[in-house]
Amino acid sequence: MYKNFAEVKSALASGRRVVDILEDYLKRIESKKQLNAFLEVFSESARQRAKEVDAKIADGTAGRLAGMIIGIKDNICYKNHKVSASSKILENFESLYTATALQRLIDEDAVIIGRLNCDEFAMGSSNENSAFGNVLNPLNEDCVPGGSSGGSAAAVAANLCTVALGSDTGGSIRQPASFTGTYGIKPTYGRISRYGLIAYASSFDQIGAFANDLEDTALVTEIMAGADEMDSTSSREEVTDYTPVLPAGKLKIAYIKECLEIGVNAHIKEAFLKLIEELKADGHEVTEVSFPYLDYMVPMYYVLTTAEASSNLSRFDGVHYGYRSPNAQGTEETYKKSRSEGFGAEVKRRIMTGTFVLSHGYYDAYYSKAQKVRRVLQEKTNEILAQADFIISPASPNVAFKRGAISEPIEMYLQDIYTVHANLTGHPAIAIPHGQKIDGLPFAVQLMGKFFKEKELFDYSKLLEKYIQ
Amino acid sequence: MSVNNKYEAVIGLEVHAQMLTKTKAYSNDINEYGANPNTNVSVISLGHPGTLPVMNKKTIEYAIRLGLACESNIAPYQYFARKNYFYPDLPKGYQITQDKTPICTGGHIFIKTDDGNEKEIGITRIHMEEDAGKSIHDVDVYDTLVDLNRAGTPLLEIVSEPDLKTSQEAYNYLTEVRKLLRYLDICDGNMEEGSMRCDANVSVMLKGSKVFGTKVEVKNMNSIRNVQRAIEFEISRQIEQIEKGEAIAQETRGFDALKGITISQRTKEAANDYRYFPEPDLQPITVSKEQIETVRETMPALPRDLFFKYINELGLSSYDAQVLTDTKSIALYFEEVIQTTKNYKGAANFVMGDVKSFLNNRSIEIEDFPIPAKHIGLLVNIIDEGKVSTSAASQKLFPLMVENPAVEPLTLAEQNNLIQESDENSLITYIQQVINENPVETERYKNGEKQLLGLFMGKLMKVSGGKADPKLANQLLRTTLDNL
Repeated sequence: MYKNFAEVKSALASGRRVVDILEDYLKRIESKKQLNAFLEVFSESARQRAKEVDAKIADGTAGRLAGMIIGIKDNICYKNHKVSASSKILENFESLYTATALQRLIDEDAVIIGRLNCDEFAMGSSNENSAFGNVLNPLNEDCVPGGSSGGSAAAVAANLCTVALGSDTGGSIRQPASFTGTYGIKPTYGRISRYGLIAYASSFDQIGAFANDLEDTALVTEIMAGADEMDSTSSREEVTDYTPVLPAGKLKIAYIKECLEIGVNAHIKEAFLKLIEELKADGHEVTEVSFPYLDYMVPMYYVLTTAEASSNLSRFDGVHYGYRSPNAQGTEETYKKSRSEGFGAEVKRRIMTGTFVLSHGYYDAYYSKAQKVRRVLQEKTNEILAQADFIISPASPNVAFKRGAISEPIEMYLQDIYTVHANLTGHPAIAIPHGQKIDGLPFAVQLMGKFFKEKELFDYSKLLEKYIQ
Repeated sequence: MSVNNKYEAVIGLEVHAQMLTKTKAYSNDINEYGANPNTNVSVISLGHPGTLPVMNKKTIEYAIRLGLACESNIAPYQYFARKNYFYPDLPKGYQITQDKTPICTGGHIFIKTDDGNEKEIGITRIHMEEDAGKSIHDVDVYDTLVDLNRAGTPLLEIVSEPDLKTSQEAYNYLTEVRKLLRYLDICDGNMEEGSMRCDANVSVMLKGSKVFGTKVEVKNMNSIRNVQRAIEFEISRQIEQIEKGEAIAQETRGFDALKGITISQRTKEAANDYRYFPEPDLQPITVSKEQIETVRETMPALPRDLFFKYINELGLSSYDAQVLTDTKSIALYFEEVIQTTKNYKGAANFVMGDVKSFLNNRSIEIEDFPIPAKHIGLLVNIIDEGKVSTSAASQKLFPLMVENPAVEPLTLAEQNNLIQESDENSLITYIQQVINENPVETERYKNGEKQLLGLFMGKLMKVSGGKADPKLANQLLRTTLDNL
């Protein structure tokens, strides 16, 4: 069992080959099958790839990720491999191309071990919306691993792969990271190409990484980051060395007062306040700011993401690829039945919500207004970040909950209260595990930084680790 | 007075023009007509999951070019929108288009009215968008087939103001739009192949009314002539309906070219809600003043500018100017011809006469015409200089020039003995010979049969081997005979 890339590398140094390491991981996956983290293990292509990497190591031509075994969320395209977004509508669909971010990892000789379960089309906060069954939290199998990247979080927490890729539209990396005691980052919008990520909400989605330490999170993020001519929303901002280094001097930290005034778990709140006191005691400047927009965030998020989703998911129509209803006669029925049978309940709920908010007569009241508020939110957040290095908060108001415990959609949506902020404004945010556990269940602290300051965010995280671990 | 004179029609046209870019609007897939089905398609044209559009910058340049030609306002900041609807040849389930921020607004196109005057037709907007694929219903007996080669082809949609009053004006407008697109090298304007398409919005109202009637949209016309026919039918149909006291339904109608009628396709109640919203996958576009100026510098001459230049500067008739500017390649050829000759009327006559009929006879375009424009100019000059006669130029020298495109016309004329005799002494020798050989006719002429001059002229040309400068010879012959 390898906890992180450092352990993989020391195994390599002691003579084990990538093919051996891969087999170790494959065995581990087999032994943890009940978690349902993997939808498919790419044993054959991974073994082939591992051999090639071994040859490159022998040649001295191996890339920076040689030996790293990566699992990918089932919404990231990998050429000649299935990708389904955990939906029946794409069951058995095979991608004809590889996502840019993934290609960059492969180019550095990472081995891709399989695709990981998630909420259908990345819509969910508990991984209970997958068409292929829910994922168990390895720390307590009665609990959910969070979502939507639940399979990715569980796989990393259970050491089924060194690093996993997820996607984060409203917290889909940071919340499951919090629930599983792993590290998870949502980079700045535009930092990592979205080409090859099956879109949920285009102006929110970002690919990000899960790992068991900060160094692996930073390394993989750095390699994936950077401009891509296939994604015109990707940024040309330069990518620096992301290796975390302890920052010199004292930090300026902001926290949002209102964050602690909502229904947050008492232990999480206590731990958070203690952390703030400790930081202050060490001379860091921690400022409480008022940010009276919290109530608007989740509604705004659902108006805008469902609008984009309703359009993004139109292509799954039973005509060109994916599931086509065998019960349909004619075009109209093919659309209706394929989509009715192919999509799950939550996806349908969001498509309908999105269709409604964009429809004639409602556009201004919902979509247009939400866009305006989004701009205000971005301005106000920038104002805070002009005075602080980062904004600190819990990553989630709760620890992992029991399977089936939340059945009300609105209650489930409120799980994202701390995380949606960064997606609405585009800022980078990272979840780092708190050393404490509540009844054996972990939770995380979230740091939200300035645009394209991922490097600084990793450095600050390294400092924070000293307080919470 | 017929009932039709009670009413007037209000017509607005929406033209879709496929842009002649090498690649598609939002991908690197090849943009071409007529390839085997589904060959110019990558995962982007196919709308596969995870794919994203990337703007083809050339389309902006083309749109600016058309905007400048129409004197439209060009928006400094624009964003794309998604138009959402389900159709089997629309793989993404939405079309990327421009909704609230079209690249061009305002402007105009000038047309000829039915009485030959010029009329300004306002342009509402011009925007960029992508074409859908093609559903093919007539190849497979059981299924509709979809060809996605066309999916993602860049389009310009040109929306006119409802300034057109008759089907003939609509015809003239489309002819002008097509001419403009061709001059600008934006679109080949082929309505049969669908590279240029047109929808017509037609309504009728009582003459002089300020309130427009209910608008009907007519689609499916595959030629400019059919647009005219469809509008004509539609106007009569609407008038008839109103005369019967029936209301006009707001609807979309298709044109049946065989029957010459329009047929209801879709009523307003069944219309789609396209749920437009800003396309989040593409960055907004900014167009700078410098960018517009760069495009302006590379703008070709426009047909209307050339038309007025030919009339005002070259002194040509408006008919000549029209014929010469109808086709860009002919106009460009003529422009080259007049680099070498100042006899513009002569050059125009030659291009419109000999050159065009040669093209027609061979069914070729001017691009494939062998004689360099410069040589036509030189030919006009040597006719003017009296070196060759007009008839020799047309009948003998022109075919030789076709065969020997590299050789200058004067050289060819010399080599082939076509230089006409303009030397008075040698002409007088010929005249003397003709008089000597025809004593009887000479006597009759002297006795007043002046009409015999033609006969003498014929014989003179024969004796000179056709080379005598007819004008000069005629003059000398008459003088000589009259003085006998």
